[in-house]
Amino acid sequence: MTRISGFLFRRRGGPGSFGGWHWTDIVTFGWLAAGVILMFGPALWLVLSSFKSPAGLAEFPPTLLPYETRTAVVEGYDKPLPLFVVTDEAGTRTLAEVRRVGTVAQMVDPANPGEVQKINIQTRTPDRRVGFQWSNYTEPFLAFDFFLYLRNSIFVTFMATVITLLTNSMAAFALSKYEFRGRNAVMLVVLATLMIPLSVILVPLYSIISTVGLLNSLWGVILPTVATPTGVFLLRQYMLTIPDELLEAARMDHASEWQIYWRIVLPLTAPALAVLGIFSVVWRWNDFLWPLIVLSRREVYTLQVGLNTYAGELNVQWHFILAMTVITMIPVVIVFLFLQKFITTGIAGSGLK
Amino acid sequence: MKRSMTAAASGFVALGLMASTAFAGDVRIMWYSDGVEGEVIADLLSRFSAENPEINVILDNVAYKVVQEQLQIQLEAGEGPDIARVTNIKTLAPHWLDLTPYLSDAAYWETNFGGYADWMREDGSSAINGFMTQLTLTGGFANATLFEQAGVALPGAGATWDDWVAAAAAVQASQSTTAAFAIDRSGHRISGPNVSYGANYIGADGKPAPVDAGTKAFAEKLVAWTSEGKMLKDTWVSASGSTYRPAADDFINAAIPFYYSGSWQIANLSTKIGDGFDWVATGSPCGTAGCSGLGGGAALVAVKYTKNPEDVAKVMEFLASEAVVKEFSERTLFLPAHAGVVAAGGMSWATDDPNVEAALNTFIEAAGQVEPNAAALPAWKWGSVYYGALVNRISQVMAGEMTLDEAYVKIDADIAEQVAAAN
Amino acid sequence: MNSFKHQAGAVITAPLGWLAGLIDPPLRVWQRWTGQGGMAAFFLLPNMAIFGVFVLLPLVINIIYSMTSGAALFLSDRDYVGGAQYARLLDCGNYGDPGTCAEDQFWTAVQNTGLFVILQVTLLIIIATITALILNRELRARSFWRAVFFFPVLLSPVVVGLIWRWILQRDGVLNAAMLGMGLDPINWLIERNWAFAAAVGVTIWAHMGFYALILLAGLQAIPKDLYEAAEMDGTRPGRVFWRITLPLLMPNLLVVIVLSLIRAVQVFDEAFVLTGGGPGTATLFLTQYIYEVGFASLLKNLGLASAASILMGGVLVLLTLLQLALGKRNEQKGKLK
Repeated sequence: MTRISGFLFRRRGGPGSFGGWHWTDIVTFGWLAAGVILMFGPALWLVLSSFKSPAGLAEFPPTLLPYETRTAVVEGYDKPLPLFVVTDEAGTRTLAEVRRVGTVAQMVDPANPGEVQKINIQTRTPDRRVGFQWSNYTEPFLAFDFFLYLRNSIFVTFMATVITLLTNSMAAFALSKYEFRGRNAVMLVVLATLMIPLSVILVPLYSIISTVGLLNSLWGVILPTVATPTGVFLLRQYMLTIPDELLEAARMDHASEWQIYWRIVLPLTAPALAVLGIFSVVWRWNDFLWPLIVLSRREVYTLQVGLNTYAGELNVQWHFILAMTVITMIPVVIVFLFLQKFITTGIAGSGLK
Repeated sequence: MKRSMTAAASGFVALGLMASTAFAGDVRIMWYSDGVEGEVIADLLSRFSAENPEINVILDNVAYKVVQEQLQIQLEAGEGPDIARVTNIKTLAPHWLDLTPYLSDAAYWETNFGGYADWMREDGSSAINGFMTQLTLTGGFANATLFEQAGVALPGAGATWDDWVAAAAAVQASQSTTAAFAIDRSGHRISGPNVSYGANYIGADGKPAPVDAGTKAFAEKLVAWTSEGKMLKDTWVSASGSTYRPAADDFINAAIPFYYSGSWQIANLSTKIGDGFDWVATGSPCGTAGCSGLGGGAALVAVKYTKNPEDVAKVMEFLASEAVVKEFSERTLFLPAHAGVVAAGGMSWATDDPNVEAALNTFIEAAGQVEPNAAALPAWKWGSVYYGALVNRISQVMAGEMTLDEAYVKIDADIAEQVAAAN
Repeated sequence: MNSFKHQAGAVITAPLGWLAGLIDPPLRVWQRWTGQGGMAAFFLLPNMAIFGVFVLLPLVINIIYSMTSGAALFLSDRDYVGGAQYARLLDCGNYGDPGTCAEDQFWTAVQNTGLFVILQVTLLIIIATITALILNRELRARSFWRAVFFFPVLLSPVVVGLIWRWILQRDGVLNAAMLGMGLDPINWLIERNWAFAAAVGVTIWAHMGFYALILLAGLQAIPKDLYEAAEMDGTRPGRVFWRITLPLLMPNLLVVIVLSLIRAVQVFDEAFVLTGGGPGTATLFLTQYIYEVGFASLLKNLGLASAASILMGGVLVLLTLLQLALGKRNEQKGKLK
């Protein structure tokens, strides 16, 4: 306990501070607390909401936890009856509702099912307890080929990341270690791609993909996305810090350029490659608009596209979409948790100093 | 001897295989769902596949967005599925396949689906391109329990929009609901009421006519009701452009006593409201010229670029057969578009909810009240353009960004530009 | 543990190394023929080929589209109209008042995007800098705190928009909490100013962590002895920040500012899911305008949308040239050190 409080209340102290608290400590503490609530809170809300029934989702005020109305099996009735807590002049008690006609509910005491009482609906509230609607998660799996989509998503993510790492590092190597005419022009061209949001070139891009014959193919999803400008710049910045003398020495030892790239530069760039790899995994896993355009055949859907099949023209089935959203979020979070350290060391080392 | 026998045998088998693959084909269906239609159609198709093992039917469930945004591009590129469930049927009519030469009984289609065939084929054509998977009709829903609690009587047949809004406003005052009523954010939705006030979108030459007195009358009412707090502001103001926003959740939450939407909501309302309150379908309230709703629906059409027209025709014939249509409608709670099924009646809707059957019957009756100006709209190729322009600009008026007069000018200009661009 | 990692790494890289070895001989030949320039071309080729086909080619086609009109989708069926689409976009009685423009919603989108960029980037930089300063302190479990702020960056924009829409809508959690505290609920996404503020806030929420980490890396590169010297002199924290931290952080800060500017001009995914451009057109931003006019609206006009996207691209070119110039100056500074 003291360790936790030591952790939480560690402060700057020193001269000029008030009882050990410097104003920067207060700001720090407040900022971090706000950070946890603001950053994790909404995600927690998403996860909890994904367990609610459609009626629960439509409720206002919304409840924090998902609730299910308790039911009871009452003698003389086939189906279990929902339980309500009734509060009126006769006191507070729990009754099971047989049916509701207009503003009057016909209810019975589960222990004494013979007598039907007529209760005004405004005096009753559902008797609820926390209940997780797991069917939100299981039904879509049964209805659609979750494992097929998972396999497709993994394939796309993995191949795209491998190709991204390879092509971006090759380009970064050329742009950082070679002097040639038109180098700046090439850099400008690479930057040009940052300027163009996908939603803007949809139609021309579709016709190109269609002409090349990559429609409804996972490669049609992979190939356009691998030449990332951010990746090229990140790696180039990092490679700039590799001393040229290393390369010169290797050249004097009759190493070919390819060997220099493969044996020297690439291993030295490993931290930046790890960062790019993580980003690539996150980007490709979350890619939505582009796969939606390229893939209209069920066998090749990725998870994000499959997730969206529950958005119809006139009604959206939120309970399924929320559950599927949580599922697609999990791998990204796992990747992040395990490889977190690389992100910061990689960015630090990329020479953005 | 043995070797040559095996060689001959394998040769025959190979020939056999080749022969069967020459006839077998893939039939790919692009399908979207609002509710349970996806499961129902998959079940029905599995029966077809059992009876027709040589035809490989593949059902691709997609989001509606794919059908609305990407199908057109696929079709223009000469690609796309073999069959598609589509709502924008008239605009894309040049891409549909004429099934007539492949059907075993074209007259059956004429009899049972002929009334709506113009909705999905080019003007002047007599092709059979597909059939409506359901008919939808716009109309109102009322929260009977809220009305009862407030002691306000539900307006009866022949009640006008003013009557309904006044009654709903009384319920709003008594029960402190968020608003009195809401309409889905859609130009299609307000077109029935516009026609009820005498509007006619279609000019003498078949091109869009300027916004007329009927449309203006209802638009003025809508804006007034919104500023008075009677119409739920959120629905129309919460997005820009022609983005669709339904107000169903507000009705389900009992935040509004009256909701103007359409018959496709019935299954959704039944599932989500459950036992919460009693709700009824009300038909369309009346204006000065009628009590009209607007028809519509999604059609299942065959695509021109299919490589397998014969197999496509077989699948379509199965799905259009009377028994299959009846079962599909009963399980999805949709109104059938098949004349034979409608005439025979006796639908046993797959639901325990008593509200559903009553609501469906109300809509079936209300179908007889559709005015000619509204009946012509689904078959008119400028329909969606008109709807888009209306919702885009009227919602800006409701948000306080322009006046109604400015909006009318802009609506006409937006539509005129689209017509000009298409030439 | 480390040796296991090394062994595992060796197992993975061994076949790759073998493959690389196979490619070496033909590449040596190429190198002998074409020299260093040729090798540079080889290294650049895969990336540039993909850029060329899948990004630049559509861009060029887009430019051609912007000079056509008509309702057909493919170029061969469209009419050439030169600069007519641009003329229509720029046709305004008074540039300050979208109501006088032929394409009023385009100019509304331009104004909205401009205001958004100024507000969002300013706030984003301030918040990211403060976060980076705080994360730079002697905290225990620093990686946990880093994770806290970086977490939203991992979420897809659609998920971000959805979560916040659920929280901010009229019958969402925030209003429920306010009711619980006895306050009147506010219709966050329907009041014009609040909806705009929500768009700004949500996009900051989603991206701040990324920039904070870049700034943190910059802060960690500042030599500790500078701070120790300042502390021995008894310098106040404020002065330390202005005189020591800020100047040394400036190169990083400039890069972050330009990067976030480029992204802010293109704002779309989160805002679209959150407010859909509403209320009215209060949060209609440029990319949404282009997407709707070109693709999603019932009133499509592909030529117009292409022209608008070219204009937007022009603005972005200026911003990226700015970044190039700053990057060069940064490199010079680095080299001098």
